[in-house]
Amino acid sequence: MSAIRLSPAAAILRHGVLVLTSAFILVPFVWMVSLSLKSPGEIFRATFSVLPAQFYGVDNYAKAITSVPLPRYMGNGLLVCALILAAQILVCAPAAYALAKLKFWGRDFIFAMVLVGLLLPHQVLSLPLFILCYKLDILNTYLALVIPYVVSPFGIFLFRQFFKKIPNDIVHAARLDGLCELAIVWKIMVPMALPAVIAFSIFSVVAHWNDLFWPLIAVRDGNLMPAPLGIMAFKNEEAGNDYGPLMAASTLVVAPLLIAFLAAQKWFVEGMTGGSVK
Amino acid sequence: MSGITIRNIRKSFGATRVLHDVSLSIADGEFLTLLGPSGCGKSTLLRILAGLEVQDTGSIEIGGRVVDGVRPKRRDVAMVFQSYALYPHMSVAANIALPLRMRRLSRAQRLPLIGRWLPGSGPVISGIEMEVSRTAEALGIAHLLNRKPGQLSGGQRQRVAVGRAMVRHPAVFLMDEPLSNLDAKLRVQMRTEIKDLHRRLGVTFVYVTHDQAEAMTLSDRVVVMRDGEMLQVAPPQEIYADPNDIRVAEFLGSPKINMVDATMREPGLVDLAGSALSVACEIAPGSKFTVGIRPEAFQFAEHSGPGVITGSVRMVEHMGSDLFVYFDPSGLEQPLIARLSAERTHIVAGQTLHVSVRSDQLLVFDRDGRRVRARDVSSAHSSTPAREWAR
Repeated sequence: MSAIRLSPAAAILRHGVLVLTSAFILVPFVWMVSLSLKSPGEIFRATFSVLPAQFYGVDNYAKAITSVPLPRYMGNGLLVCALILAAQILVCAPAAYALAKLKFWGRDFIFAMVLVGLLLPHQVLSLPLFILCYKLDILNTYLALVIPYVVSPFGIFLFRQFFKKIPNDIVHAARLDGLCELAIVWKIMVPMALPAVIAFSIFSVVAHWNDLFWPLIAVRDGNLMPAPLGIMAFKNEEAGNDYGPLMAASTLVVAPLLIAFLAAQKWFVEGMTGGSVK
Repeated sequence: MSGITIRNIRKSFGATRVLHDVSLSIADGEFLTLLGPSGCGKSTLLRILAGLEVQDTGSIEIGGRVVDGVRPKRRDVAMVFQSYALYPHMSVAANIALPLRMRRLSRAQRLPLIGRWLPGSGPVISGIEMEVSRTAEALGIAHLLNRKPGQLSGGQRQRVAVGRAMVRHPAVFLMDEPLSNLDAKLRVQMRTEIKDLHRRLGVTFVYVTHDQAEAMTLSDRVVVMRDGEMLQVAPPQEIYADPNDIRVAEFLGSPKINMVDATMREPGLVDLAGSALSVACEIAPGSKFTVGIRPEAFQFAEHSGPGVITGSVRMVEHMGSDLFVYFDPSGLEQPLIARLSAERTHIVAGQTLHVSVRSDQLLVFDRDGRRVRARDVSSAHSSTPAREWAR
């Protein structure tokens, strides 16, 4: 971003630090991919090499896909993530608009409650949520995986901060142009806050694709399990020491996120910088 | 018919009173300007007219219909904002078309992609497109219709904002400092275009500004506002030449009007800046008051004499046709400014200057800042349009 050119020494130092930290983060992933390509014997060998001595990838990946219904798990994850994200945006945008642009009695109190909600870890609520789902009789359904996440304090907070930056005159102009309040939310505010919507979507999808804790509580039916839970079922089934197929399954689960993120990255950065008006 | 009647409007934000009992009638087709410094309540009054703010008490009539509690979109008013308030994610064409789409298309017909193919929407949409392009042509922005607002210059955005307001033919145009984000040259150009627009459309304009030049050049009548009150409502020339209040006199005119404290020596004669000037006001001898003298009211005099003010010249500003002369008469702490013709006089700093001033050009204000009119003048002006309108 900055146009300042660094001296060679500083550039080397900076890149060295960057390479080191990214290596630190990437090593587990590289290891995972590497293990997913190795034979069971090679995995427990004392020496370590990134590339397998004997390519065992086909067997591992075949086993990962066939011995447990991994595609089904990933399909479940996709469905749940999509439902959660859609519901969250549907709820958060109007709520955030009300908190950012409308004046009503108790608004600041409600916003304070949103902030409290932001501070609470979701796990704290798991017991009440479990009881709620039981009373609603939705345990062991897709609904049980979606309902607890429909209201996202983080989403409300993020959207509210973004909406607050949109000038009031735009809202006024929209009202004069004949838009009702909901139309203002969907036609004006959300499109203008697209960077926030994208950022929130990434956070939301990553969090719920990877979520293990709540699905573990909410569903028992193998047909409903999302991917991380599916991997666990797979591991139990294999008595825990068949690491090759396990790592292959993990790689398959992480891959969609990685691909989606890389594909969206350019657009994401553009959305963050290019959308600015005035 | 779209005159506006404003009756006893009050508005407070929390403990701050923004408007104190404002009443005003605006004629159909009139160009009325609300003029005042920032924070005087002029924008709030405009927003109350538009229905974007709700008054605490009082009532608004537009075109003979009481609109209190009526939503902004049902008031038949359009507004141009200082920040233009264009929708940055929509093209210029979509920006201008939006008010028409919201009014003429049903909810289903406005749906993206499929709305266009629903029964009945085709002709309406092409009608809207035609009106948008006609409006754009009238404003000279037809070539910009496919751009986004972010790609336009300030003046072009201004035109788009005007286009979005005029496309639906509102009965009343509200403008909130529409030119203040433009550079000086463009501002003058847009000023004439707005004047032209008003002439062409013939509808009521209510225009908010803090720029006296805009107020003077555009308006049929000017409302000078200060601290939530209307100080004076009158045509521009009257506001300038015959102000009701010291704050009106000080707000208008550049360079600023000279304000001099004076004492009445005897009836009809005041002590002012070391000389005795005659005024035609009934003020008790010995009482103190303030006299306002417009810079151009001074006339160059060759010699000192009765009714002539004398002082040494501090500074001279050449303005081309005119000179702004700052001079210090004896007994005054502040210099006075005189605007003298540059042709007839040659004045340099340090010299002694004599100026005379006609008694009918002395504006006398009492200690509360209210105008004290001369006897003969006060009777002639007792029924000024200002009072008639400010019912």
